[in-house]
Amino acid sequence: MAKISLIVNGNPVTANVDPRTLLVQFLRENLRLTGTHVGCDTSQCGACVVHLDGKAVKSCTTLAVMADGHEVRTIEGLAADGAPLHPMQEAFRENHGLQCGFCTPGMIMTAVDLVHRKGHDLGDHTIREELEGNLCRCTGYQNIVLSIAAGAKAMANSDLA
Amino acid sequence: MYEFKYHRPATVRQAANLLLKNEDAKLIAGGHTLLPVMKQRLASPPHLVDLSHIDGLGGIEIKGRSLVIGATAKHAEVATSAIVGEALPALAELASLIGDPAVRHKGTIGGSLANNDPTADYPAAVMALGATIVTNKRRLKPEEFFQGLFTTALEPDEIITKVMFPIAKKAAYIKFRNQASRYALVGVFVAKRPSDVRFAVTGAGADGVFRVTAFEEALSKRFNSKALDGIHVHAEGLNSDLHGSAEYRAHLIGVLAKRAVDAANGKA
Ligand SMILES: Cc1cc2nc3c(=O)[nH]c(=O)nc-3n(C[C@H](O)[C@H](O)[C@H](O)COP(=O)(O)OP(=O)(O)OC[C@H]3O[C@@H](n4cnc5c(N)ncnc54)[C@H](O)[C@@H]3O)c2cc1C
Ligand code: FES
Ligand code: FES
Repeated sequence: MAKISLIVNGNPVTANVDPRTLLVQFLRENLRLTGTHVGCDTSQCGACVVHLDGKAVKSCTTLAVMADGHEVRTIEGLAADGAPLHPMQEAFRENHGLQCGFCTPGMIMTAVDLVHRKGHDLGDHTIREELEGNLCRCTGYQNIVLSIAAGAKAMANSDLA
Repeated sequence: MYEFKYHRPATVRQAANLLLKNEDAKLIAGGHTLLPVMKQRLASPPHLVDLSHIDGLGGIEIKGRSLVIGATAKHAEVATSAIVGEALPALAELASLIGDPAVRHKGTIGGSLANNDPTADYPAAVMALGATIVTNKRRLKPEEFFQGLFTTALEPDEIITKVMFPIAKKAAYIKFRNQASRYALVGVFVAKRPSDVRFAVTGAGADGVFRVTAFEEALSKRFNSKALDGIHVHAEGLNSDLHGSAEYRAHLIGVLAKRAVDAANGKA
């Protein structure tokens, strides 16, 4: 077993884990943060995307021990419980950016990272290129792209990053 | 995934000692090749030696007439580095085309080269620019380093520490992506160096990255895409699979070569 200490959604967490524990398993099974999904487990679909030190990564392809000493943010960390949704979440709701919702946490975490890197005015082409690592089996992407463009704009006027 | 012991050395020397002491130990950098392979149980190293906590192993700097990139520099860092963008914009462009944003946040240049996937992007740049691969033991030229599919000259306790890219006068990388995996179906890198022109192909060769000397000779005389008119690459020795036949890949190499030369000349 390996001892790890990290910050998850602002809270310090310490645990003993088998080194082969994936970050996504640790989040879901140890911390019960089940908003992060496992779609493929082969690094393709992006349902498992979380932020590691502020950058989008696939938590199915990261060991929990590799997050030791680092900061992780999951979909649960975007807005406080009971508080208004994060603007990117709200944009997905407004624009019908989801059907079954399985891919949505990964889409939103990828989108928020995209806004942090490329700003609030995102063109259709940029958004589609940046969604390379996120698969949706329901929506046909059209409304996901609309949601991200709207969420990106809304983030400019929000306290939530 | 099978069980393993996890090690976190603070120096390259410690990492090398761990590799020497523990039989079948493997390095892990970004883990974006190794972890998927371990999940499929195609690899089951009893020890993993994590390079990500070694200070200074991922730096990017100019030294003399070379761009020096540390082994643990991530694809996203190379893609957005102002230093790379200034010295070798074609290399920044190449890094920006690897996988997807999340992959680029974790995958490293050292891991990519050590893996020597025949469809990976970096091998084309290393081969065309004539980069030097520096390890904890020696310096290797690309022709010595790449030894065929998923095979390199690296010894079991050898660690890539950095890659030194001589700065070219002009260079460009053009990638034709496999629509599903987004790895290179064919990728070509052309480099006009002070004394010669080098041209390398990834994705197409049955033995991994290779150079096309006929293109190099023609482009050395005249660095213009027209110089390639009438010169063809043979399908022999190229990959043939469900994504494309050897003949298709041979054709693509010629088409992409012209685009690459035009891009290097600023005519893209
Ligand atoms: C969905 C997806 C899409 C991808 N698309 C592309 C693509 O389009 N183009 C492309 O080129 N690649 C692509 N990749 C591969 C990606 O670039 C990998 O990150 C890279 O090939 C390996 O780098 P890593 O740091 O993750 O290495 P790891 O997985 O950590 O290691 C890979 C191998 O290299 C060894 N190693 C690592 N570092 C060193 C070192 N410094 N010295 C010696 N040996 C070392 C390890 O022991 C291991 O055997 C993709 C990967 C995924 C998951
Ligand atoms: S579950 Fe991680 S990429 Fe699909
Ligand atoms: S909404 Fe169902 S997978 Fe995207």
